[in-house]
Amino acid sequence: MRYDVAIVGGGVVGCALAYALTRYQLNTLLIEKACDVGFGTSKANSGVIHGGHHSRAGTLRGDLEWAGNRQWLLLCRDLGIGFRQVGELMLALSDADVPVLEEYKRQGDARGVPGLTLWDRQQVRDDTPSITEDMVAALYAPTTAVINPYEACFALFDHARANGLRVALDHAVTGIAAVQDSWVVQTQGGDFEADFVLNAAGLYADEVAAMAGVGTFDIHPRKGEELLLDKRLEGIVRHIIFPCPTPISKGILVIPTLDGTIMIGPSAQEVTAKDEVTTTMEGGSEVFAGAQRLVPGIQMRDCIAEFAGLRAIADGDDFIIGTTVAHGFVNVAGIQSPGLTAAPAIAERVCAILRDEGLALRPKTTFVSLPAVRARFAGLTTEEQARLSAQDARYSHIICRCEGISEREIIDAIRAGGNTLDGIKFRTRAGMGRCQGAFCAWRCMALLAQERQTPLHTLTKRGGGSWLVCARPEEPS
Amino acid sequence: MTSTITTYLCIGCPLGCRLEVEEEDAQIVAVRGFSCKRGEEYALQEHTDPRRMVTTTVAITNGRWARLPVKTTAAVPKEHERAVYAALRSVVMRAPIRLGDVVVGNIRGLGVDVVATRDMSEGDGV
Amino acid sequence: MISDKPHHLRQQYDVVVTGAGPAGMAAAIGASEAGAAHVLIIDREREAGGILQQCIHQGFGMHHFGEELTGPEYAQRFLAQVEAHGIDIITDTFVDVARSDKTLKLMSAHEGVRVISAGAVVLATGARERTRGAIRLPGTRPSGIYTAGVAQRFVNMLGCLPGTRAVILGSGDIGLIMARRLALEGVEVVGVYEIMPHPNGLNRNIVHCLHDFDIPLHLSTTVVEVHGRDRLESVTVAPVDDQRVPIMAQAAQIPCDTLLLAIGLIPERELADGLRLRMDTVTGGPLVSSTMETSQDGIYACGNGVHIHDLVDFVTQESLLAGHSAGDSLFGRRPPVDNVRMIPGENVVSCVPHTISTDREHTVYLRVRRALDKCAIRFGEIYEKKLRYVFPAETVTVRLTPRFLARFPGGALRIDILPRQGARGDEEAA
Repeated sequence: MRYDVAIVGGGVVGCALAYALTRYQLNTLLIEKACDVGFGTSKANSGVIHGGHHSRAGTLRGDLEWAGNRQWLLLCRDLGIGFRQVGELMLALSDADVPVLEEYKRQGDARGVPGLTLWDRQQVRDDTPSITEDMVAALYAPTTAVINPYEACFALFDHARANGLRVALDHAVTGIAAVQDSWVVQTQGGDFEADFVLNAAGLYADEVAAMAGVGTFDIHPRKGEELLLDKRLEGIVRHIIFPCPTPISKGILVIPTLDGTIMIGPSAQEVTAKDEVTTTMEGGSEVFAGAQRLVPGIQMRDCIAEFAGLRAIADGDDFIIGTTVAHGFVNVAGIQSPGLTAAPAIAERVCAILRDEGLALRPKTTFVSLPAVRARFAGLTTEEQARLSAQDARYSHIICRCEGISEREIIDAIRAGGNTLDGIKFRTRAGMGRCQGAFCAWRCMALLAQERQTPLHTLTKRGGGSWLVCARPEEPS
Repeated sequence: MTSTITTYLCIGCPLGCRLEVEEEDAQIVAVRGFSCKRGEEYALQEHTDPRRMVTTTVAITNGRWARLPVKTTAAVPKEHERAVYAALRSVVMRAPIRLGDVVVGNIRGLGVDVVATRDMSEGDGV
Repeated sequence: MISDKPHHLRQQYDVVVTGAGPAGMAAAIGASEAGAAHVLIIDREREAGGILQQCIHQGFGMHHFGEELTGPEYAQRFLAQVEAHGIDIITDTFVDVARSDKTLKLMSAHEGVRVISAGAVVLATGARERTRGAIRLPGTRPSGIYTAGVAQRFVNMLGCLPGTRAVILGSGDIGLIMARRLALEGVEVVGVYEIMPHPNGLNRNIVHCLHDFDIPLHLSTTVVEVHGRDRLESVTVAPVDDQRVPIMAQAAQIPCDTLLLAIGLIPERELADGLRLRMDTVTGGPLVSSTMETSQDGIYACGNGVHIHDLVDFVTQESLLAGHSAGDSLFGRRPPVDNVRMIPGENVVSCVPHTISTDREHTVYLRVRRALDKCAIRFGEIYEKKLRYVFPAETVTVRLTPRFLARFPGGALRIDILPRQGARGDEEAA
């Protein structure tokens, strides 16, 4: 089979590309080295859809931030996933910060971002009493929103698959060869031929580009550590709270996530290794201190999990999106912040590039929409829950007691491709709550084992060597 | 004449007294370090005839869970403890089981039975 | 055979108990004994018994039954009593929310989604284990890091093992018991690490679980980092100074594929939070009166959902009281309102119940901050009692009788635990 387009990388960008391309009459392939999509940088993203005023004009990051923001609003509705426009407060903690707020307001106003308003100290205090007394003013941006980055990945991916996307998971790319007028993407699991290759390989985009002979840039991993806090703190902030940004980072944010938890972070640390996702005492303390500077009521004992992710920073500090001297090989690289926000706009831009490169984009007459994944059982009214339970009793059998996830939702996640404990967790939230899977992990494992007709000891946390349990020695393994 | 001192950690209470048993020519000549009568008794028992209750699980097919908890009906000499565990490794029971059902009678000839410590109804094992 | 199959569920119960562990079963029995005709216990596990079902070791029941039982035996004795009292019990059922009007929303495969109401509610929700996030353990996020209770479930009920070479963090009884369990099942147990300078479990478990199996216990030492991309590959351990700060110069990396966290329990609080009960920030559970009533009328609480108990026997005792009180409340039998507030003072971390009355006898449970040998507990000016020792890991249980309480006019009663004159302090005892 010769594909029209092969996408290398199944992060949110790769998934957005897949979703966009499967609207057209094309044979599209997604190649991903991990066992699931969204398991790299996207999984650790904090889920902020930036307001549109954060990135400098004249950069791809700036141009695509606002466009992406507007597209997510509609996209989330189409995908049936959560999107909450919580708004943002960027705090000035000293008088010296106020001109920075004004600069961000001008930047957003110029781009047409609506509603940017400078608030004085009292307005902020009235709105969110938990914010530090040291704050002197804030810039309010109503357009900032939160989504669940992994939920977005899965929804984009599932829709794309339902519309003909072919998928090669667990296929690390080992080489890319030009053959006459097409490309052969070599992987551990076999070769794939495609007219166009989209390099959405995230942290490894420089290496993939080099394989195609166009290694003109390097990707530098920049680690961010984040702390997830207990739901007990739900409501402590209504908006995402930003400090005044610095050149290297947007600073430590306090984020009311889509699911009612509070996330704080991320830190920003240059690292060398592309798999260096360790959390550190220093990083965690920095995040905590940064968050407490904005919202002093946050307590370290409310931390339920710490994790880290890597931003893919390209040389030049901007996105690298476009054709290369190798015809048909298109970079979608260096997608750092605001990459999640920009992802749909990036996909749109890449479609335009492909059209310019001669790929015929003929819309399909029918596009399959999937039922909303966001209709989570726990979030429904009692009447709706009773109705669903009458249809399928597994809806009222609760497996994850922290997040209220039902057996039916777990089974749906498994049938949608959740092959691992993390695959179930990131599709359903089972295991993300305060008990961190103590109640539900074995239950999810038992359901997965039953669905796949396999013993518990064959299951993994996230593929590869991440086995969960072993068989007793007297039993055959 | 040989004199040996063996020490034990008293398990009677959180004080955890360091107990000493002194022997001369295999005869106990002194017990020291206890701060209550129970401590002294424990030191002598642990020195002359240490015993352990064995609690573990055995495999069960057709049960609600994959393992059935069991125990010995009395403490067994400590030196036989591991052998009792080893002997139970190959045991496979079948549900239904009732609390007190004998899993292995007179295990390893020690004069104690291994019995089930709960009812186990039939089920799918997980 | 004891059956815990669901009975036909009524719409209205006299007393509904959430949780069928030792606390819930005792509370239900207490309510029934007090005269409640229709009592229901609800549990989200597939069977009654709570955590006792996976605690297959001995050590339960000395106080209550006068003999040593295993966890499942203790559970089954209570289950038989529950049956004998005609108490309804439904398992595999999740209490989504309990409300102040004493209605409860339930979900289960067999009952669907429904709301029932009660004359009184007893929260017997038990505890959950502290997780990695609670102790801020840096490093990667590989598989192979489990709380001890999860590992216990794997080994004792599900018939699989958590790994092949394990490090255990925390020397509480759960950690010690699991060290022996794993060793017996052929898992190599590298050692038990305890950040405190003293073990947190019973000496009996130190001897029977560690010494008997040559498993080392490293005091004043903790795990400071975990390594491994997919599966846990090693942990870094380091001794700590007297401020519990790791001394990294003496850190060592220990290969292992499994880390068990036995780092403490905290009361489950979802239902209490939903009810907006007033909570004790130290115990993590609701504030309770001398009848185990929470800050809301007719809502009672007991067991590890209120504070963490050392012995299930004490859970039983406290929960019988909660159940009796809940049952009594249905008939308007309410003792005089509490007129004494318990105030933790010197070397007292927490005290349950939080209020008592001067007219009758009460059992109070205290936790101390630091160990003392030969000390005394003082309740304000009214009562002083000598204690041989106190340890942070062991609850101090004191019975207060009206003989002493009658002298007290009411109000705040401060509790101090102080060294006796001439007695040795912590350092010397250690």
